[in-house]
Amino acid sequence: MGWQHGRQVQAGDCIRTRSPSRGFAVTAAVEDSPRLGSKRARRDVLLQSEAVQGLGLISPTFLYAVVFLLAPIIVVIAHSFWTQHYLTIDRTFTLENYRIALTEPIYRDLLWRSLYISLTVSFLTVVFAYPIAYFISFHGGRHKGLWLFLITIPFWTSYLLRVMAWKVILGYNGVLNSGLMGLGIIDEPSTALLYNSSAVIITLTHAWAAFAILPIFVSLEKADRTLVEAATDLGDGPLRSFLRVTLPLSIPGVIAALLIVMIPTVGDYVTPKLVGGKDGVMIANAIQVQFGKAANWPLGAALSVTTMVIVTMMALASVFIIRSAARMAR
Amino acid sequence: MSGLRRFLPGRSWLGAYAAIYVGFLSLPVIFLPIFSVNTAATPKFPLSGYTLKWYEQLPHTPALLDAAWNSLIVGISASVLATTLGILAARAITRYRFPGRRSINGLIMAPLVLPEIIVAISMLLVMLQLGLSLSLFTVVLGHVLICIPYSMTVLISGFEGFDRSLEEASADLGESAFGTFRRVTLPMVMPAIISSLLVSFTISLDEFIIAFFLTGTEATLPIYIWGQLRFAAKLPGVLALGTLLLVLSFVMLSIAEILRRRAARRTSNEGGLYA
Repeated sequence: MGWQHGRQVQAGDCIRTRSPSRGFAVTAAVEDSPRLGSKRARRDVLLQSEAVQGLGLISPTFLYAVVFLLAPIIVVIAHSFWTQHYLTIDRTFTLENYRIALTEPIYRDLLWRSLYISLTVSFLTVVFAYPIAYFISFHGGRHKGLWLFLITIPFWTSYLLRVMAWKVILGYNGVLNSGLMGLGIIDEPSTALLYNSSAVIITLTHAWAAFAILPIFVSLEKADRTLVEAATDLGDGPLRSFLRVTLPLSIPGVIAALLIVMIPTVGDYVTPKLVGGKDGVMIANAIQVQFGKAANWPLGAALSVTTMVIVTMMALASVFIIRSAARMAR
Repeated sequence: MSGLRRFLPGRSWLGAYAAIYVGFLSLPVIFLPIFSVNTAATPKFPLSGYTLKWYEQLPHTPALLDAAWNSLIVGISASVLATTLGILAARAITRYRFPGRRSINGLIMAPLVLPEIIVAISMLLVMLQLGLSLSLFTVVLGHVLICIPYSMTVLISGFEGFDRSLEEASADLGESAFGTFRRVTLPMVMPAIISSLLVSFTISLDEFIIAFFLTGTEATLPIYIWGQLRFAAKLPGVLALGTLLLVLSFVMLSIAEILRRRAARRTSNEGGLYA
């Protein structure tokens, strides 16, 4: 990695002085006609090389993403139109998998539940996160960094362990039940806490909190504070100046937060599996079965594509609604 | 600024809310260490007594040691590869203007917002199509993909505002290309690079879904933990292991954050990990 930097510095040097790769013609011309010619030649070389060098430098990473992300996704989309015959795959075009994904009650229910859960979780996290981001940005003072660090710490622990911690808290013999019984609030452990979609929603809302706080915080930081002051000077009360100035300025952060939570949570596998029980199963669990035990790759692929398409539509609709709501609030 | 404060609503209320929220965020994580030193095999209140026996059992579990070794290999390979690819891309993004810059950046950052299961199954399909047998190597390939966006964020924040005239000055003053690289470039970008390595290693160490789909018979630590979760009696051992991992992640990411800030200060640039 260090080597790469070395090469770059070297390339820069060559362009500035004399470039052996570009031949002696340039150098000779430069030596004959002083200053002006050398400047122009240098600029041409630089302009040309800027795009080439940039593309050349980014190409390994870009190719990696193409080979291991873009191409695989295309392969998944292709599979979703094919059919599984025991061990072989029939490559005649069919929409049968999509018919199954959209009309079979089991997949339809799982899809609806996943969308409902991801929508609820993303709105809850954003609503809970906004005041925190606002507090840190406007009142954090010198301790902004510390607050952000405190918020991000829990999220640098393993996702698996955090979900497991919720299982420990909500379980039949868990922390919450034993704690409440110890305090005399309930007489026997409640079974209503774990193994349902509420448990999944609580766990996910906790797990994704930081991902919602940070984008909102960043957009609030970017907001020009003199505008709020101006609104106050011109006679807007705190609520009005918040609704008409601060909130609209932070809308990009709110939207980013919503998308960053909504899209990944729709395909969560661990949380429903550990705390969801029978009523909290989500679409990712069905996708996993198709790629595992059921060994029906095309159906699994169709379920994945359907989920992504629908969640994208849901995300776009949410963005549209938020934008219009913000416009109305003004 | 101080004049502004008076007009904003409920500062103390917001402060109290912030404190409670931070408490809510860290509470579940705090239970792991607490119940890992509790004598009872099931995690519940009241606590029954202090013990380190769950920790003492850990080094005597061969499956766990294998998983830890696998995780170490995967983590080191993935973080080195992801950081190498991250350096190239971050340098290109911060220093050059070229056609397609935004869309290329978008594709590289995409794993950040895609459901991991989609990344996992699409990679799985391709690996199987290519006839690659699933192993730790395929796990590394997957982890590199999801580590690059994080690595890029750290590196871009370190590279941005990197003053090229310093390199030029060094060259003009007679330093060789290698000397300039070693004595000017490297010291400025090194903290960001180490920070990227640590962040990527931690992500790989904690990552479950992609490892779960892409591994063959070898388990990484999260896969080992996943297997243990089926047995209620194994829970305290898992809690002890989880606590150790927690401490490890915490230490590494604190170092990463300190280094990232130092790098950002050196190139006089600000911005958080996600900023």
